[in-house]
Amino acid sequence: MISIGDMAPAFRLPDTAGEPHGLEGAPATVLVFTCNHCPYALAWHGRMLAVARDYAARGVQVVAINPNDPTRQPKDSVEHMRGRVAAGELGDVPYLHDETQEVARSYAAKTTPDVFVLDGAGVLRYRGALDAPYDDEAQNAAWVRSALDAILAGRDPDPAETERVGCSIKWRAS
Amino acid sequence: MRVELLFWDGCPSHPRARAELEAEMAAAGLDPRAMVVTEVPTDEAASDEGFVGSPTIRIDGVDVQPTEEPAGLSCRVYRLRDGRYSPTPDPADVHDALRRAMNGAPR
Repeated sequence: MISIGDMAPAFRLPDTAGEPHGLEGAPATVLVFTCNHCPYALAWHGRMLAVARDYAARGVQVVAINPNDPTRQPKDSVEHMRGRVAAGELGDVPYLHDETQEVARSYAAKTTPDVFVLDGAGVLRYRGALDAPYDDEAQNAAWVRSALDAILAGRDPDPAETERVGCSIKWRAS
Repeated sequence: MRVELLFWDGCPSHPRARAELEAEMAAAGLDPRAMVVTEVPTDEAASDEGFVGSPTIRIDGVDVQPTEEPAGLSCRVYRLRDGRYSPTPDPADVHDALRRAMNGAPR
């Protein structure tokens, strides 16, 4: 179980073209466990992309990770991920496939979406939702933006944790 | 009129769907207590019921937002009338479905 203040687990995962990605030493990193099939993930998706666009100039890295088992949810297959990337739905955000689900487990991710914000040292500084409620786009990912602004200014995010709302991660049958 | 709410407990959207359905029933002059609420707990039950995701609302057996999605346990994706994705149907769609059924209009 990873907690606020812990070093975030390192990882290498492939994007939809097979290129590996990990924590790249950015001044702040936003990891979003997300997927293709979940209405909550889709409802918040545009706000995730807006964060990536708005903070790119400040060096913030935003990464989307699909942890779901496609045998349980076929829309979360790599093929469907590629389709969304090809359609431009991910913008410049790399969309990674956590086939073994080890990364999701190492972060104790529970839902899609589930957001983790790390500082430049790779320490977990915020965990939860982009904002709330999911159906109010005017919230504009306020909690994640607040966390990023705090991290980039050398302050502690407040709040550091918020309630995650979304679809349960579709774990492989054990 | 038979108003059904089917849900899977693995998806957190059903309390909101139920509240909105109750409100639309009341606004239409129907007793919300007449709603038939059914939990769909397994893939087998989903297949048997033709349950295409949670929540599903049927008025006299007709889905308020028909879909070609396969049966299964998942959170259902709805589109609101303004195009946004949502885990619950647009209340206006529920309202219209209730009115059509009350008026005996084809659906």
